[in-house]
Amino acid sequence: MKIAVCLKRVPDTEMRFTIAPDGKSIDPAGLKYEISTFDEYAVEVALRLNEQQGPGEVTVMGAGPDGLAELLRKALSLGADRAVHLTAADVPFDGMAVAQALASELEGQPYDVILFGRNATDTGSGSVGAMAAELLGLPCVTAVMHLEVRDGRGTAQRTLEGATETITFSLPAVLTIDEGIARPRIPSLKGIMAAKKKPMETRPAQFGPVRLTVERLEMPPDRAAGRILGTGPDAVPELVRVLRDEAKVL
Amino acid sequence: MADILVLAETRGGLARKAAFETVTAARAVADSTGGGEVHALVVGGPGVAQVAETLGRFGADVVLALEHEALAHGNPEVTAATMAQRLRGGAYRLALFSASAQGRDLAPRVAGALGVSLAADVVSFEITGDAVLARHPVFIGKAIATLRLEGSPAVVSLRAGAVTPAEKPRPARVESVTAALDPGAARLVVTAVEARGAAKLDLADAPVIVSGGRGLKAAENFKLVEELAAAFGNAAVGATRAVTDDGWRDPADQIGQTGRVVSPGLYVAVGISGAIQHLAGMRASKVIVAINRDKDAPIFKVADYGIVGDLFEVVPRLTEEIRKLRAEH
Repeated sequence: MKIAVCLKRVPDTEMRFTIAPDGKSIDPAGLKYEISTFDEYAVEVALRLNEQQGPGEVTVMGAGPDGLAELLRKALSLGADRAVHLTAADVPFDGMAVAQALASELEGQPYDVILFGRNATDTGSGSVGAMAAELLGLPCVTAVMHLEVRDGRGTAQRTLEGATETITFSLPAVLTIDEGIARPRIPSLKGIMAAKKKPMETRPAQFGPVRLTVERLEMPPDRAAGRILGTGPDAVPELVRVLRDEAKVL
Repeated sequence: MADILVLAETRGGLARKAAFETVTAARAVADSTGGGEVHALVVGGPGVAQVAETLGRFGADVVLALEHEALAHGNPEVTAATMAQRLRGGAYRLALFSASAQGRDLAPRVAGALGVSLAADVVSFEITGDAVLARHPVFIGKAIATLRLEGSPAVVSLRAGAVTPAEKPRPARVESVTAALDPGAARLVVTAVEARGAAKLDLADAPVIVSGGRGLKAAENFKLVEELAAAFGNAAVGATRAVTDDGWRDPADQIGQTGRVVSPGLYVAVGISGAIQHLAGMRASKVIVAINRDKDAPIFKVADYGIVGDLFEVVPRLTEEIRKLRAEH
């Protein structure tokens, strides 16, 4: 089985950042980068599928600047077989432009399963996976929480508000992966050494036209300073009073 | 004048709150352009067209009903293809979805099929000349981007809870539509939609959320959270990622960066320190209450009201007071 995983390089979500002087981007000074959280789950799903289904091939790919190479290398150290780095100084905010770059790389390749994370933690749009599926003409299930693949068909479960949806689909297919499906593994020393010899192809990313851009970036307004009403259970009557009389939520 | 096509979500033949929110938002934006029409596509089993009356209350002019025996649970491929086919005619300036589980799935399919761009998970949007301007939280809610979306139709998904449904009644005209893709020819089949905890309120619909974190110390202590939620009578129970990772709660209950993003009227954080990833999921709540032993916990920086103390003493007392208050009414 041939599996592709598309991953994105994003700023570490733990980090504090400031808005750059252009007012449209974040100041890159001192930022650390990581594989977007859901994409790490997608890599794990790919590795497990490959282990279950017998010997196949897992390709990891992404579009981004030089720093993406070390993250692709990390995925190789976890057990992926090869990487494709679509080079670009900047990745557009527009998911459609990105989907076009990835779809042209994926087009015509014999992948049985193409995986994405549910959404990137920077742009938070969750659009590239399903858009790429449309461009490739493949079936797609998004935000998969549980997955089984057998005999050229798959069954996926996804979480709806208050319900669980079960979908069956034919392969090849595009899936976007939600958290909790499988805990990502940690690279071993052996894996890290092996990754150095695994192939990484590099070619320029061919983004589609950009029609979605950031006009302005702002920090959200701070919530007005709150009040500590007191200590211990004796503060409870005052809490109930303010919720009823001030906040009027009771 | 801009006409807008809305995907109005239904489940089990009934319109969801997400449908009222999107129709309300579409009505307001259409009116702001000088009074375009709002058309709402509903997809479901036979009889789903009956939601037209409710959608009309929130301002839908036309309800396009796709009714099919095989679509009682819906089918994202069929719905997206049908929505895209309606939009291809060029009659609509904008297509609007809820950024719900269903809308987050459908909006990029439709944009992808049309070859246009998508402004996803926006908290507000407007049509200004040739572009749509929309505000969208980025970097897990640490910043807000104002996005400029070019092209027509513009495809937009609206964060749940960003708009409060408002009635603007009109008699919605029902038109029946046929599927752009025969459900039998789809490569996906939705085989089941099963309610989790049938009687429970969903996090998206609950006016009050009581959420628990590691401070509860053990899975069985979540009963304190459940009891407080029950005392409110209109509350759902949430949890932090630490707690769902440890298997104390269902992953579907997780609130935060990688879980659900909620904005209830009241959010009560019990034994939650307030990691940035959790704050990303709940900071838009209208009123936040925090109960935590550590007075320096970051949760107190976003809380409107806080009690510093042992939750095992504070929460049962709060449960008792809320019960008393509700008994008086």
